[in-house]
Amino acid sequence: MTYTLEGATGTWEIVVGLEVHAQVISQSKLFSGASTLFGGEPNTQVSLIDAGFPGMLPVINHECVAQAIRTGLGLKAHINLESRFDRKNYFYADLPQGYQISQFTHPIVGSGVVEIELSDGSTRQIGVTRLHLEQDAGKLLHDQDPKRSFVDLNRAGVALMEIVSEPDIRSPEEAGAYLRKMRQILRYLGTCDGNMDEGSMRADVNVSVRKAGEPFRTRCEIKNVNSIRFVTQAIEIEAMRQIEVWESGGSVDQETRLFDPARGETRSLRSKEDAHDYRYFPDPDLLPLVVEQAWVDELKAHLPELPDDKRARFQTEYGITAYDSGVLVAEQAMADFYESVAKGRDGKMTAAWMTGDFFAALNRTGKAIEESPVGADKLGGMLDLITDGTINGKIAKEVLETMFETGEAPLEIVERKGLRQVTDTGAIEAAADEIIAANQDKVEQYLGGKDKLFGFFVGQVMKATQGKANPAIVNDILKKKIHG
Amino acid sequence: MSLDLATTRRIAKLARIGLDDQEIETVRAQMGGILGWIEILNEVDVEGVPPMVGTSQTTALPQRQDAVTDGDRQNDVLANAPDREGPFFTVPKVVE
Repeated sequence: MTYTLEGATGTWEIVVGLEVHAQVISQSKLFSGASTLFGGEPNTQVSLIDAGFPGMLPVINHECVAQAIRTGLGLKAHINLESRFDRKNYFYADLPQGYQISQFTHPIVGSGVVEIELSDGSTRQIGVTRLHLEQDAGKLLHDQDPKRSFVDLNRAGVALMEIVSEPDIRSPEEAGAYLRKMRQILRYLGTCDGNMDEGSMRADVNVSVRKAGEPFRTRCEIKNVNSIRFVTQAIEIEAMRQIEVWESGGSVDQETRLFDPARGETRSLRSKEDAHDYRYFPDPDLLPLVVEQAWVDELKAHLPELPDDKRARFQTEYGITAYDSGVLVAEQAMADFYESVAKGRDGKMTAAWMTGDFFAALNRTGKAIEESPVGADKLGGMLDLITDGTINGKIAKEVLETMFETGEAPLEIVERKGLRQVTDTGAIEAAADEIIAANQDKVEQYLGGKDKLFGFFVGQVMKATQGKANPAIVNDILKKKIHG
Repeated sequence: MSLDLATTRRIAKLARIGLDDQEIETVRAQMGGILGWIEILNEVDVEGVPPMVGTSQTTALPQRQDAVTDGDRQNDVLANAPDREGPFFTVPKVVE
Protein backbone atom coordinates (compact mmCIF):
# COMPACT_ATOMS: atom_id res chain seq x y z
CA MET A 1 0.00 0.00 0.00
CA THR A 2 1.30 3.44 -0.88
CA TYR A 3 1.81 5.84 1.97
CA THR A 4 0.87 9.43 1.19
CA LEU A 5 0.28 12.67 3.02
CA GLU A 6 -2.50 15.09 2.17
CA GLY A 7 -1.56 18.72 1.70
CA ALA A 8 -3.70 21.68 0.70
CA THR A 9 -2.74 21.23 -2.96
CA GLY A 10 -3.11 17.49 -3.15
CA THR A 11 -1.38 14.26 -2.31
CA TRP A 12 2.34 13.97 -1.52
CA GLU A 13 4.72 11.04 -1.41
CA ILE A 14 7.71 10.90 0.88
CA VAL A 15 11.21 9.78 -0.03
CA VAL A 16 13.52 8.63 2.74
CA GLY A 17 17.10 7.42 2.89
CA LEU A 18 18.78 6.36 6.11
CA GLU A 19 22.38 6.56 7.27
CA VAL A 20 22.92 4.12 10.09
CA HIS A 21 25.93 4.63 12.34
CA ALA A 22 26.73 1.31 13.92
CA GLN A 23 29.45 1.04 16.54
CA VAL A 24 31.70 -1.90 15.71
CA ILE A 25 32.09 -4.59 18.35
CA SER A 26 35.81 -4.73 19.09
CA GLN A 27 38.05 -4.64 22.14
CA SER A 28 40.03 -1.61 21.10
CA LYS A 29 39.49 1.44 18.90
CA LEU A 30 39.80 1.75 15.13
CA PHE A 31 43.21 3.42 15.14
CA SER A 32 44.40 3.14 18.76
CA GLY A 33 44.81 0.51 21.47
CA ALA A 34 42.43 2.23 23.92
CA SER A 35 39.41 0.27 25.17
CA THR A 36 35.95 0.62 23.65
CA LEU A 37 34.03 -0.30 26.82
CA PHE A 38 30.93 1.79 27.45
CA GLY A 39 30.54 3.74 30.67
CA GLY A 40 34.16 4.06 31.84
CA GLU A 41 35.50 6.86 34.04
CA PRO A 42 35.75 9.97 31.79
CA ASN A 43 38.90 10.25 29.66
CA THR A 44 40.43 6.99 30.91
CA GLN A 45 39.92 5.09 27.64
CA VAL A 46 41.84 7.57 25.59
CA SER A 47 45.20 7.26 23.92
CA LEU A 48 47.27 10.21 22.76
CA ILE A 49 46.13 9.33 19.23
CA ASP A 50 42.46 9.69 20.18
CA ALA A 51 43.19 12.98 21.94
CA GLY A 52 44.77 14.37 18.78
CA PHE A 53 48.26 14.91 20.16
CA PRO A 54 50.73 16.09 17.53
CA GLY A 55 52.88 13.45 15.90
CA MET A 56 50.78 10.46 16.89
CA LEU A 57 50.14 8.00 14.07
CA PRO A 58 47.04 5.86 13.56
CA VAL A 59 47.40 2.08 13.06
CA ILE A 60 44.30 0.25 11.90
CA ASN A 61 42.64 -2.50 13.94
CA HIS A 62 42.48 -5.73 11.89
CA GLU A 63 39.35 -6.95 13.64
CA CYS A 64 37.43 -3.75 12.80
CA VAL A 65 38.22 -4.38 9.13
CA ALA A 66 36.97 -7.97 9.50
CA GLN A 67 33.77 -6.74 11.17
CA ALA A 68 33.09 -4.30 8.32
CA ILE A 69 33.59 -7.07 5.76
CA ARG A 70 31.34 -9.48 7.70
CA THR A 71 28.66 -6.81 7.78
CA GLY A 72 29.06 -6.18 4.06
CA LEU A 73 28.67 -9.89 3.38
CA GLY A 74 25.59 -10.00 5.61
CA LEU A 75 24.09 -7.20 3.52
CA LYS A 76 24.85 -9.21 0.35
CA ALA A 77 27.09 -6.37 -0.70
CA HIS A 78 30.16 -6.02 -2.87
CA ILE A 79 33.42 -5.99 -0.87
CA ASN A 80 36.01 -3.58 -2.22
CA LEU A 81 39.38 -5.26 -1.94
CA GLU A 82 41.01 -1.86 -1.99
CA SER A 83 39.61 1.03 -0.01
CA ARG A 84 41.03 4.29 1.32
CA PHE A 85 40.83 6.63 4.26
CA ASP A 86 40.16 10.34 3.99
CA ARG A 87 40.10 13.20 6.42
CA LYS A 88 36.75 14.89 6.89
CA ASN A 89 37.60 18.31 8.25
CA TYR A 90 35.44 20.23 10.70
CA PHE A 91 35.86 21.95 14.02
CA TYR A 92 33.82 20.76 16.91
CA ALA A 93 34.68 20.25 20.57
CA ASP A 94 34.04 16.50 20.42
CA LEU A 95 36.64 16.03 17.67
CA PRO A 96 40.12 16.73 19.03
CA GLN A 97 41.97 16.05 15.77
CA GLY A 98 39.98 18.68 13.87
CA TYR A 99 39.09 15.95 11.36
CA GLN A 100 37.41 12.59 11.36
CA ILE A 101 39.18 9.74 9.63
CA SER A 102 36.54 8.32 7.32
CA GLN A 103 36.23 6.71 3.89
CA PHE A 104 34.85 9.08 1.30
CA THR A 105 35.70 8.16 -2.27
CA HIS A 106 36.64 4.50 -1.75
CA PRO A 107 34.54 2.75 0.92
CA ILE A 108 35.32 -0.80 2.00
CA VAL A 109 31.82 -2.05 1.08
CA GLY A 110 29.79 -1.20 -2.01
CA SER A 111 26.14 -1.73 -2.86
CA GLY A 112 23.99 -4.33 -1.14
CA VAL A 113 20.38 -4.98 -0.21
CA VAL A 114 18.13 -5.43 2.81
CA GLU A 115 14.74 -7.11 2.58
CA ILE A 116 12.08 -5.69 4.84
CA GLU A 117 8.68 -7.07 5.74
CA LEU A 118 5.68 -4.83 6.39
CA SER A 119 2.69 -5.34 8.63
CA ASP A 120 0.48 -6.42 5.71
CA GLY A 121 2.91 -9.27 5.04
CA SER A 122 4.38 -7.72 1.88
CA THR A 123 8.14 -7.47 1.43
CA ARG A 124 10.36 -4.81 -0.17
CA GLN A 125 14.00 -4.66 -1.13
CA ILE A 126 15.80 -1.58 0.18
CA GLY A 127 19.10 -0.85 -1.52
CA VAL A 128 22.25 -0.23 0.49
CA THR A 129 24.51 2.25 -1.27
CA ARG A 130 27.67 1.66 0.71
CA LEU A 131 29.25 0.93 4.07
CA HIS A 132 32.39 2.62 5.26
CA LEU A 133 34.57 2.67 8.35
CA GLU A 134 35.12 5.84 10.33
CA GLN A 135 35.94 7.14 13.80
CA ASP A 136 33.31 7.99 16.36
CA ALA A 137 33.52 11.37 18.11
CA GLY A 138 33.79 12.11 21.83
CA LYS A 139 30.91 13.03 24.08
CA LEU A 140 29.93 16.52 25.23
CA LEU A 141 28.13 17.15 28.51
CA HIS A 142 26.21 20.41 28.42
CA ASP A 143 24.43 20.27 31.76
CA GLN A 144 27.35 20.29 34.17
CA ASP A 145 28.17 24.00 34.14
CA PRO A 146 26.33 27.17 33.08
CA LYS A 147 29.09 28.49 30.86
CA ARG A 148 31.09 25.46 29.78
CA SER A 149 30.61 22.14 28.03
CA PHE A 150 32.57 19.18 29.40
CA VAL A 151 34.40 16.84 27.03
CA ASP A 152 34.82 13.08 27.51
CA LEU A 153 36.89 11.42 24.78
CA ASN A 154 36.28 7.79 25.79
CA ARG A 155 34.17 7.25 22.69
CA ALA A 156 36.47 9.26 20.41
CA GLY A 157 38.08 6.93 17.90
CA VAL A 158 35.83 3.92 18.43
CA ALA A 159 35.14 2.30 15.05
CA LEU A 160 31.84 3.07 13.39
CA MET A 161 30.30 1.59 10.31
CA GLU A 162 28.27 4.12 8.42
CA ILE A 163 25.71 2.22 6.38
CA VAL A 164 23.97 4.37 3.78
CA SER A 165 20.69 3.28 2.19
CA GLU A 166 19.37 4.25 -1.22
CA PRO A 167 16.44 6.68 -1.12
CA ASP A 168 14.14 3.66 -1.51
CA ILE A 169 12.09 4.09 1.64
CA ARG A 170 8.55 5.44 1.11
CA SER A 171 6.89 5.46 4.52
CA PRO A 172 7.67 5.79 8.23
CA GLU A 173 6.72 2.13 8.63
CA GLU A 174 9.29 1.09 6.02
CA ALA A 175 11.93 3.16 7.79
CA GLY A 176 11.14 1.40 11.06
CA ALA A 177 11.18 -2.01 9.39
CA TYR A 178 14.51 -1.22 7.73
CA LEU A 179 16.11 -0.20 11.03
CA ARG A 180 14.79 -3.24 12.85
CA LYS A 181 16.06 -5.51 10.11
CA MET A 182 19.45 -3.79 10.06
CA ARG A 183 19.71 -4.13 13.82
CA GLN A 184 18.77 -7.81 13.62
CA ILE A 185 21.37 -8.51 10.93
CA LEU A 186 24.11 -6.67 12.85
CA ARG A 187 23.28 -8.53 16.05
CA TYR A 188 23.26 -11.90 14.29
CA LEU A 189 26.62 -11.12 12.75
CA GLY A 190 27.99 -9.95 16.10
CA THR A 191 29.38 -6.82 14.47
CA CYS A 192 27.30 -4.26 16.44
CA ASP A 193 25.17 -4.73 19.55
CA GLY A 194 22.45 -2.50 18.04
CA ASN A 195 21.84 -0.83 21.39
CA MET A 196 20.18 2.46 20.51
CA ASP A 197 19.84 3.52 24.18
CA GLU A 198 23.60 3.55 24.65
CA GLY A 199 24.07 5.17 21.26
CA SER A 200 25.87 2.24 19.67
CA MET A 201 23.39 2.43 16.79
CA ARG A 202 22.10 5.81 15.60
CA ALA A 203 20.44 7.04 12.45
CA ASP A 204 20.56 10.13 10.28
CA VAL A 205 17.36 10.46 8.30
CA ASN A 206 17.16 12.08 4.86
CA VAL A 207 13.66 13.20 4.01
CA SER A 208 12.10 14.84 0.97
CA VAL A 209 8.57 15.01 -0.43
CA ARG A 210 7.20 15.02 -3.97
CA LYS A 211 4.03 14.75 -5.97
CA ALA A 212 3.46 11.37 -7.63
CA GLY A 213 5.64 10.85 -10.70
CA GLU A 214 7.98 13.77 -9.96
CA PRO A 215 11.76 13.49 -9.70
CA PHE A 216 13.28 13.96 -6.22
CA ARG A 217 12.96 17.36 -4.59
CA THR A 218 15.44 18.90 -2.13
CA ARG A 219 16.01 16.81 0.98
CA CYS A 220 16.81 17.65 4.59
CA GLU A 221 18.94 15.54 6.87
CA ILE A 222 17.79 14.95 10.43
CA LYS A 223 20.85 14.09 12.51
CA ASN A 224 21.34 11.51 15.24
CA VAL A 225 17.91 10.16 15.89
CA ASN A 226 18.33 7.56 18.61
CA SER A 227 15.26 5.35 18.59
CA ILE A 228 13.18 3.65 15.94
CA ARG A 229 10.03 5.33 17.24
CA PHE A 230 11.66 8.76 16.97
CA VAL A 231 12.79 8.01 13.41
CA THR A 232 9.23 7.28 12.32
CA GLN A 233 7.94 10.38 14.15
CA ALA A 234 10.66 12.62 12.76
CA ILE A 235 9.93 11.51 9.17
CA GLU A 236 6.26 12.32 9.46
CA ILE A 237 6.82 15.69 11.12
CA GLU A 238 9.58 16.74 8.73
CA ALA A 239 7.56 15.66 5.68
CA MET A 240 4.59 17.74 6.84
CA ARG A 241 6.87 20.73 7.41
CA GLN A 242 8.28 20.46 3.89
CA ILE A 243 4.81 20.11 2.36
CA GLU A 244 3.79 23.33 4.11
CA VAL A 245 6.91 25.11 2.84
CA TRP A 246 6.29 24.02 -0.77
CA GLU A 247 2.57 24.74 -0.64
CA SER A 248 3.05 28.23 0.77
CA GLY A 249 5.17 29.03 -2.29
CA GLY A 250 8.55 28.65 -0.60
CA SER A 251 11.29 26.14 -1.29
CA VAL A 252 12.97 23.65 1.00
CA ASP A 253 16.64 24.37 1.69
CA GLN A 254 19.05 21.48 1.83
CA GLU A 255 20.19 21.58 5.44
CA THR A 256 20.84 19.59 8.57
CA ARG A 257 18.07 19.55 11.13
CA LEU A 258 17.53 18.30 14.65
CA PHE A 259 14.48 16.37 15.84
CA ASP A 260 13.06 17.54 19.15
CA PRO A 261 10.71 14.79 20.36
CA ALA A 262 9.47 16.86 23.32
CA ARG A 263 8.20 19.63 21.08
CA GLY A 264 7.38 17.37 18.14
CA GLU A 265 9.31 19.49 15.65
CA THR A 266 12.52 19.60 13.63
CA ARG A 267 14.84 22.61 13.78
CA SER A 268 17.63 23.88 11.59
CA LEU A 269 20.96 22.83 13.06
CA ARG A 270 23.87 24.35 11.26
CA SER A 271 24.19 27.57 9.32
CA LYS A 272 23.99 26.90 5.61
CA GLU A 273 27.18 28.59 4.52
CA ASP A 274 29.39 26.14 6.41
CA ALA A 275 27.31 23.06 5.83
CA HIS A 276 28.96 20.10 4.12
CA ASP A 277 32.23 21.86 3.37
CA TYR A 278 34.36 19.11 4.83
CA ARG A 279 37.28 19.53 2.44
CA TYR A 280 37.90 15.78 2.27
CA PHE A 281 41.37 14.74 1.29
CA PRO A 282 43.23 11.41 1.47
CA ASP A 283 44.71 10.85 4.92
CA PRO A 284 48.47 11.00 4.38
CA ASP A 285 49.03 8.86 7.51
CA LEU A 286 47.25 5.85 6.06
CA LEU A 287 48.04 3.77 3.00
CA PRO A 288 45.19 2.21 1.04
CA LEU A 289 43.57 -0.72 2.82
CA VAL A 290 44.10 -3.80 0.68
CA VAL A 291 42.46 -7.10 1.61
CA GLU A 292 42.82 -10.49 -0.02
CA GLN A 293 39.85 -12.20 -1.66
CA ALA A 294 40.91 -15.39 0.16
CA TRP A 295 40.42 -13.68 3.50
CA VAL A 296 37.01 -12.35 2.45
CA ASP A 297 36.06 -15.90 1.42
CA GLU A 298 37.21 -17.23 4.76
CA LEU A 299 35.16 -14.63 6.64
CA LYS A 300 32.20 -15.54 4.47
CA ALA A 301 32.59 -19.24 5.21
CA HIS A 302 32.38 -18.51 8.94
CA LEU A 303 29.37 -16.20 8.85
CA PRO A 304 26.53 -17.29 11.10
CA GLU A 305 23.21 -18.21 9.53
CA LEU A 306 21.36 -14.95 8.86
CA PRO A 307 17.80 -14.25 10.00
CA ASP A 308 16.16 -14.59 6.55
CA ASP A 309 17.85 -17.94 5.92
CA LYS A 310 17.08 -19.18 9.40
CA ARG A 311 13.46 -18.18 9.03
CA ALA A 312 13.10 -20.06 5.75
CA ARG A 313 14.82 -23.12 7.21
CA PHE A 314 12.56 -23.16 10.30
CA GLN A 315 9.53 -23.20 8.02
CA THR A 316 10.72 -26.17 5.99
CA GLU A 317 12.57 -28.07 8.71
CA TYR A 318 10.02 -27.71 11.51
CA GLY A 319 6.87 -27.12 9.44
CA ILE A 320 5.96 -23.90 11.25
CA THR A 321 4.25 -20.82 9.79
CA ALA A 322 6.11 -17.86 8.31
CA TYR A 323 4.70 -15.74 11.11
CA ASP A 324 5.84 -17.97 13.98
CA SER A 325 9.16 -18.47 12.34
CA GLY A 326 9.59 -14.69 12.02
CA VAL A 327 8.83 -14.25 15.71
CA LEU A 328 11.28 -16.98 16.72
CA VAL A 329 14.23 -15.70 14.67
CA ALA A 330 13.84 -12.09 15.86
CA GLU A 331 16.75 -12.69 18.25
CA GLN A 332 19.47 -15.24 17.76
CA ALA A 333 19.17 -16.44 21.37
CA MET A 334 15.46 -17.05 20.88
CA ALA A 335 16.05 -19.01 17.68
CA ASP A 336 18.73 -21.11 19.39
CA PHE A 337 16.39 -21.80 22.30
CA TYR A 338 13.65 -22.87 19.90
CA GLU A 339 15.93 -25.22 18.05
CA SER A 340 17.23 -26.91 21.15
CA VAL A 341 13.65 -27.56 22.27
CA ALA A 342 12.30 -28.51 18.83
CA LYS A 343 15.12 -30.97 18.00
CA GLY A 344 13.53 -34.42 18.13
CA ARG A 345 10.14 -33.01 19.12
CA ASP A 346 7.09 -31.63 17.33
CA GLY A 347 8.19 -28.31 15.83
CA LYS A 348 4.69 -26.86 15.61
CA MET A 349 3.85 -27.77 19.16
CA THR A 350 7.14 -26.28 20.35
CA ALA A 351 6.48 -23.06 18.42
CA ALA A 352 2.96 -22.78 19.80
CA TRP A 353 4.13 -23.17 23.40
CA MET A 354 7.11 -20.87 22.98
CA THR A 355 5.29 -18.01 21.27
CA GLY A 356 2.30 -18.48 23.57
CA ASP A 357 2.58 -19.26 27.26
CA PHE A 358 6.36 -19.28 27.43
CA PHE A 359 6.86 -15.76 25.99
CA ALA A 360 3.94 -14.53 28.05
CA ALA A 361 5.63 -15.82 31.20
CA LEU A 362 8.94 -14.24 30.18
CA ASN A 363 7.21 -10.92 29.59
CA ARG A 364 5.44 -11.13 32.90
CA THR A 365 8.70 -11.70 34.75
CA GLY A 366 10.47 -9.05 32.65
CA LYS A 367 13.25 -11.48 31.72
CA ALA A 368 15.20 -11.83 28.49
CA ILE A 369 15.36 -15.31 27.05
CA GLU A 370 19.00 -15.64 28.14
CA GLU A 371 17.90 -15.24 31.76
CA SER A 372 14.85 -17.47 31.55
CA PRO A 373 14.41 -19.52 34.74
CA VAL A 374 12.99 -22.25 32.50
CA GLY A 375 15.69 -23.54 30.20
CA ALA A 376 15.26 -25.34 26.90
CA ASP A 377 15.65 -28.73 28.63
CA LYS A 378 12.85 -28.04 31.08
CA LEU A 379 10.44 -26.66 28.49
CA GLY A 380 11.26 -29.68 26.31
CA GLY A 381 10.70 -32.00 29.27
CA MET A 382 7.29 -30.47 29.80
CA LEU A 383 6.37 -30.97 26.15
CA ASP A 384 7.42 -34.61 26.47
CA LEU A 385 5.04 -35.03 29.38
CA ILE A 386 2.20 -33.77 27.18
CA THR A 387 3.21 -36.01 24.29
CA ASP A 388 3.46 -39.17 26.37
CA GLY A 389 0.12 -38.46 28.00
CA THR A 390 1.42 -37.82 31.53
CA ILE A 391 -0.32 -34.45 31.62
CA ASN A 392 -2.84 -32.70 29.42
CA GLY A 393 -2.44 -29.26 27.84
CA LYS A 394 -4.41 -27.48 30.51
CA ILE A 395 -2.33 -28.89 33.33
CA ALA A 396 0.83 -28.12 31.32
CA LYS A 397 0.07 -24.41 31.62
CA GLU A 398 0.04 -24.80 35.38
CA VAL A 399 3.28 -26.79 35.30
CA LEU A 400 4.93 -24.10 33.16
CA GLU A 401 3.92 -21.36 35.57
CA THR A 402 5.22 -23.35 38.51
CA MET A 403 8.51 -23.94 36.69
CA PHE A 404 8.87 -20.16 36.29
CA GLU A 405 8.24 -19.69 40.00
CA THR A 406 10.28 -22.51 41.53
CA GLY A 407 12.66 -23.60 38.79
CA GLU A 408 11.76 -27.23 39.47
CA ALA A 409 11.85 -29.88 36.77
CA PRO A 410 8.45 -30.54 35.16
CA LEU A 411 8.11 -34.13 36.33
CA GLU A 412 8.96 -33.09 39.90
CA ILE A 413 6.10 -30.61 39.84
CA VAL A 414 3.70 -33.16 38.40
CA GLU A 415 4.55 -35.66 41.14
CA ARG A 416 4.60 -33.15 43.98
CA LYS A 417 1.25 -31.64 43.05
CA GLY A 418 -0.30 -34.91 41.85
CA LEU A 419 -1.05 -33.59 38.39
CA ARG A 420 -0.82 -36.79 36.43
CA GLN A 421 -3.47 -37.06 33.79
CA VAL A 422 -6.29 -39.39 34.74
CA THR A 423 -6.59 -41.99 32.03
CA ASP A 424 -8.24 -44.45 34.34
CA THR A 425 -11.58 -44.83 32.58
CA GLY A 426 -13.23 -46.16 35.74
CA ALA A 427 -12.58 -42.91 37.63
CA ILE A 428 -13.75 -40.80 34.72
CA GLU A 429 -16.87 -42.91 34.23
CA ALA A 430 -17.76 -42.55 37.88
CA ALA A 431 -17.43 -38.77 37.65
CA ALA A 432 -19.49 -38.71 34.45
CA ASP A 433 -22.27 -40.82 35.97
CA GLU A 434 -22.51 -38.51 38.94
CA ILE A 435 -22.73 -35.39 36.79
CA ILE A 436 -25.28 -36.84 34.41
CA ALA A 437 -27.43 -37.96 37.34
CA ALA A 438 -27.27 -34.52 38.97
CA ASN A 439 -28.13 -32.68 35.75
CA GLN A 440 -30.92 -34.63 34.13
CA ASP A 441 -32.61 -31.42 32.99
CA LYS A 442 -29.54 -30.44 30.99
CA VAL A 443 -29.29 -33.91 29.51
CA GLU A 444 -32.82 -33.49 28.19
CA GLN A 445 -32.04 -30.08 26.73
CA TYR A 446 -28.88 -31.42 25.13
CA LEU A 447 -30.70 -34.33 23.57
CA GLY A 448 -33.35 -31.86 22.47
CA GLY A 449 -30.83 -30.08 20.30
CA LYS A 450 -28.82 -27.72 22.54
CA ASP A 451 -25.48 -29.09 21.31
CA LYS A 452 -23.47 -26.48 23.13
CA LEU A 453 -24.37 -28.04 26.45
CA PHE A 454 -21.89 -30.82 25.75
CA GLY A 455 -19.16 -28.42 26.74
CA PHE A 456 -20.83 -28.02 30.10
CA PHE A 457 -20.58 -31.74 30.80
CA VAL A 458 -16.96 -31.88 29.73
CA GLY A 459 -16.21 -28.90 31.97
CA GLN A 460 -17.92 -30.51 34.93
CA VAL A 461 -16.03 -33.79 34.54
CA MET A 462 -12.75 -31.91 34.21
CA LYS A 463 -13.61 -29.96 37.33
CA ALA A 464 -14.42 -33.15 39.22
CA THR A 465 -11.03 -34.54 38.27
CA GLN A 466 -9.17 -31.29 39.09
CA GLY A 467 -8.49 -30.74 35.41
CA LYS A 468 -6.41 -33.88 35.21
CA ALA A 469 -8.67 -36.04 33.08
CA ASN A 470 -7.61 -36.85 29.57
CA PRO A 471 -9.98 -34.67 27.49
CA ALA A 472 -10.27 -37.20 24.64
CA ILE A 473 -11.33 -39.98 27.01
CA VAL A 474 -13.79 -37.63 28.75
CA ASN A 475 -15.39 -36.83 25.41
CA ASP A 476 -15.73 -40.48 24.47
CA ILE A 477 -17.21 -41.56 27.77
CA LEU A 478 -19.70 -38.67 27.92
CA LYS A 479 -20.90 -39.30 24.39
CA LYS A 480 -21.44 -42.98 25.06
CA LYS A 481 -23.23 -42.40 28.33
CA ILE A 482 -25.52 -39.58 27.22
CA HIS A 483 -26.48 -41.04 23.90
CA GLY A 484 -26.78 -44.39 25.62
CA MET B 1 46.30 31.41 -10.37
CA SER B 2 44.82 34.28 -8.46
CA LEU B 3 42.59 33.66 -5.48
CA ASP B 4 39.67 36.01 -4.90
CA LEU B 5 39.09 37.73 -1.59
CA ALA B 6 35.82 35.97 -0.79
CA THR B 7 37.38 32.51 -1.19
CA THR B 8 40.33 33.56 0.98
CA ARG B 9 37.95 34.76 3.72
CA ARG B 10 36.01 31.54 3.51
CA ILE B 11 39.14 29.41 3.84
CA ALA B 12 40.25 31.48 6.82
CA LYS B 13 36.87 31.07 8.43
CA LEU B 14 36.81 27.30 7.89
CA ALA B 15 40.29 27.11 9.42
CA ARG B 16 39.14 29.29 12.34
CA ILE B 17 41.85 31.85 11.67
CA GLY B 18 40.91 35.48 12.28
CA LEU B 19 42.49 37.91 9.80
CA ASP B 20 41.95 41.66 9.37
CA ASP B 21 41.55 43.23 5.93
CA GLN B 22 45.24 43.88 5.46
CA GLU B 23 46.23 40.37 6.55
CA ILE B 24 43.61 38.84 4.27
CA GLU B 25 45.16 40.64 1.31
CA THR B 26 48.65 39.40 2.25
CA VAL B 27 47.43 35.82 2.66
CA ARG B 28 45.45 36.02 -0.57
CA ALA B 29 48.57 37.00 -2.51
CA GLN B 30 50.70 34.33 -0.83
CA MET B 31 48.23 31.53 -1.35
CA GLY B 32 47.71 32.59 -4.95
CA GLY B 33 51.44 32.23 -5.42
CA ILE B 34 51.47 28.75 -3.89
CA LEU B 35 48.57 27.64 -6.08
CA GLY B 36 50.27 29.05 -9.14
CA TRP B 37 53.40 27.15 -8.32
CA ILE B 38 51.50 23.88 -7.80
CA GLU B 39 49.71 24.38 -11.11
CA ILE B 40 53.01 23.66 -12.84
CA LEU B 41 52.13 20.01 -12.13
CA ASN B 42 49.28 20.31 -14.61
CA GLU B 43 51.89 20.36 -17.36
CA VAL B 44 52.81 16.74 -16.64
CA ASP B 45 50.98 14.25 -18.84
CA VAL B 46 49.38 11.70 -16.47
CA GLU B 47 47.09 10.13 -19.04
CA GLY B 48 46.63 6.47 -18.05
CA VAL B 49 48.68 6.78 -14.86
CA PRO B 50 46.76 5.66 -11.76
CA PRO B 51 46.58 8.28 -9.00
CA MET B 52 49.43 8.05 -6.52
CA VAL B 53 48.16 7.38 -3.03
CA GLY B 54 51.40 7.31 -1.08
CA THR B 55 55.11 7.50 -1.46
CA SER B 56 55.49 3.80 -0.79
CA GLN B 57 53.69 1.79 -3.45
CA THR B 58 55.04 -1.51 -2.20
CA THR B 59 54.22 -1.41 1.49
CA ALA B 60 50.79 -2.53 2.65
CA LEU B 61 48.83 -0.67 5.31
CA PRO B 62 50.14 -2.01 8.62
CA GLN B 63 47.43 -3.51 10.82
CA ARG B 64 47.36 -4.26 14.54
CA GLN B 65 45.62 -7.05 16.44
CA ASP B 66 42.51 -6.14 18.39
CA ALA B 67 43.84 -5.78 21.93
CA VAL B 68 43.66 -3.07 24.57
CA THR B 69 47.19 -1.76 24.83
CA ASP B 70 46.61 1.86 25.75
CA GLY B 71 44.47 4.06 27.98
CA ASP B 72 44.33 4.65 31.75
CA ARG B 73 46.40 7.79 31.33
CA GLN B 74 43.90 10.47 32.17
CA ASN B 75 46.56 12.85 33.48
CA ASP B 76 48.67 12.58 30.34
CA VAL B 77 45.64 13.13 28.17
CA LEU B 78 44.50 16.14 30.18
CA ALA B 79 48.01 17.52 30.75
CA ASN B 80 47.62 20.33 28.22
CA ALA B 81 43.97 21.10 28.90
CA PRO B 82 43.77 24.88 29.54
CA ASP B 83 40.66 24.59 31.67
CA ARG B 84 40.47 21.10 33.11
CA GLU B 85 37.55 20.26 35.39
CA GLY B 86 38.12 17.01 37.28
CA PRO B 87 38.28 14.24 34.70
CA PHE B 88 37.06 16.50 31.86
CA PHE B 89 38.34 18.92 29.27
CA THR B 90 36.06 21.95 29.19
CA VAL B 91 35.24 24.31 26.34
CA PRO B 92 33.03 27.39 26.13
CA LYS B 93 29.47 26.13 26.03
CA VAL B 94 28.49 24.68 22.65
CA VAL B 95 24.79 24.00 22.46
CA GLU B 96 23.00 23.09 19.30
